[in-house]
Amino acid sequence: MDKQRRKFLKIAGATALAGVSAPAVVKLTSTPSLAASDHGAAAGHGDSHGEEQPTGIRYGMVIDMRKLYGKPELMDKAIEACHSVHNVPHFEDKKNEVKWIWKMPFENVFPDHSVYYSAKIKEENEYFALCNHCDHPPCVRVCPTKATFKMEATGIVAMDYHRCIGCRFCMMGCPYGARSFNWFDAKPNIKKYNPDFSARTRGVVEKCNFCAERLPLGKEPACVEALKDTGAIVFGDLNDPHSELRKILDKEPTIQRKPTLGTKPSIFYIV
Amino acid sequence: MIEKALKGKPAYWMWLAILGVFITIGAVCYLRQFFYGLGMTGMGRDLSWGLYISQFTFLVGVAAGGLMLVLPYYVHNYKAFGRITILGEFLAISAILMCLMFIMADIGQPLRGLNMMLYPTPNSMLFWDMVVLLGYLSLNIICGWVILTHERKQVKPPKWVYFFVYLSLPFAVSIHTVTAMLYMGLPGRHFWLTAITAPRFLASAFAAGPALIVLACLLMKRVANFDAGKEAINKVTTIIMYAAIINAFFVALEFFVGYYSQIPGHIHSLQYLFFGLEHHGEFYNNLVPFLWAFVLFCAAGLGLLAYGKIKDKLSDGLVGAACALIFLGLYLDKGLGFVLGGLVVTPLHEIVEYYPTANEIGITLGIWATGFFVLTLLYKIAIGVEHEVEG
Repeated sequence: MDKQRRKFLKIAGATALAGVSAPAVVKLTSTPSLAASDHGAAAGHGDSHGEEQPTGIRYGMVIDMRKLYGKPELMDKAIEACHSVHNVPHFEDKKNEVKWIWKMPFENVFPDHSVYYSAKIKEENEYFALCNHCDHPPCVRVCPTKATFKMEATGIVAMDYHRCIGCRFCMMGCPYGARSFNWFDAKPNIKKYNPDFSARTRGVVEKCNFCAERLPLGKEPACVEALKDTGAIVFGDLNDPHSELRKILDKEPTIQRKPTLGTKPSIFYIV
Repeated sequence: MIEKALKGKPAYWMWLAILGVFITIGAVCYLRQFFYGLGMTGMGRDLSWGLYISQFTFLVGVAAGGLMLVLPYYVHNYKAFGRITILGEFLAISAILMCLMFIMADIGQPLRGLNMMLYPTPNSMLFWDMVVLLGYLSLNIICGWVILTHERKQVKPPKWVYFFVYLSLPFAVSIHTVTAMLYMGLPGRHFWLTAITAPRFLASAFAAGPALIVLACLLMKRVANFDAGKEAINKVTTIIMYAAIINAFFVALEFFVGYYSQIPGHIHSLQYLFFGLEHHGEFYNNLVPFLWAFVLFCAAGLGLLAYGKIKDKLSDGLVGAACALIFLGLYLDKGLGFVLGGLVVTPLHEIVEYYPTANEIGITLGIWATGFFVLTLLYKIAIGVEHEVEG
């Protein structure tokens, strides 16, 4: 009797173990599951500063700070447009903040750039910070569930809020501080709920999505739209040599955030 | 064998009851966090890992530290460790259980935890950490239990179990290496972005884990009539000394790289941890006392052991004090300094200090108590079997 019970327990235990691990084994063996496998592979090895081969669409942005100097209210307008469209909650406490796009001093947005003897205008103004939608995103590399991933068709680094387990490893991986975590329930802190875009549940990470939900509707990102008459932010396809974005990049000298890390951001700044 | 854990002196039940109180407090605190959110912790947008992950990191080391007992016995056939290898294996089990609980306490959507297996992602080090931790846990359960049951029957363990014993050796190294890789490969986190993180983790683990086992042995000698043997304790303390010295060497190398190269990113965290960091007129130095306590405790522990060995006066009191100092010191270094120091300068170059909340500390204590509860039961069983065989 005792022996039979032992045998039953052994079989039951083995079955349970197999049941739990089976999906992992099946998935690992059946799909090319390297989420970080990037279309930039064609660009060759080791060259962290080189240009990408043009493959498909890669959305990017140039922020012309010259058109925003001395006009913080314009920047606030863009931030407000983004946050209201995306149901980004507002928390007074800096600790619990959730933000997709915000403004900060130059030395915070560009900590790798020298601030010695810098122009007064740089010290007096704040700069936009948002997700860089990197071509080699470290957040995607570290995510243990593929809850954050790169959309191959557009180059947008996106989030699946329903898969995220809230480990915040992506926040550790992101060198730009672009990601926010929902420390509390967001709903009571959303000023005006936009039913066209879901609010996030507590315990997941979120960030700028380059308005991936608006682009298919033929709309520009909310921040771009909000500043349309100034032309301070231009959005477009980095791989299209005829796009307005590329024409600006061909003409104007630009800088990027922490270029030495090799993440290849899609956001360019004219300062 | 489980019945061995059900019989004990009043002191044994008292100890379990005390741990039970902390476990209850931890459980209540966790329920609060579960229903209210991780906002109940001191973590925030700019400092988004805290006490839970730092405890996890330290305890992975404690689990890996058992290797220092298992390896000499099984690979070098060092017989003096015969009575204590099982303690190393059982410590690994309870330490990994604590690690898993700390991870569950830390994630924002614990009910989605299985997504790690449903969507396995080999490019994430967290995925591999789960794999090696679960693997090492299983190996220790198998090896510890099989070897103990056979010891009880006074027969040789089956041959197949040695396969798992030898497999557990590289697994012990891997758990702490992969845990270090969680940190080492993150661009923009200068304090962590160094290849020495993994060897440094291992060195401090090989001191902290065995130090805890020595403390347990000395305690059980007094309360449970269990003598690990003078030779064994002597040898373990030698291992602890080497490991702690190597750890100190690695820390010194970090200082050299930072302060000689003068690259701000490499200096900031060390400056904050050991001397305090000035930024825009504010002075940040929360952790300075803890990190100097780490230095002092380790130096004092090493000094005591060295004195005892040179004069051949290794009394239990001296060894106990030295091991407690070294364990505490290394805890302050890795269980607090490493994670929090690495996070103090945010990617947006602000300084953010961390203050854990009472609820967070309650959960932390509860998890530690749960681990020690399991450890007590396992050690009670192991010693019960040894007494049965000898008596």
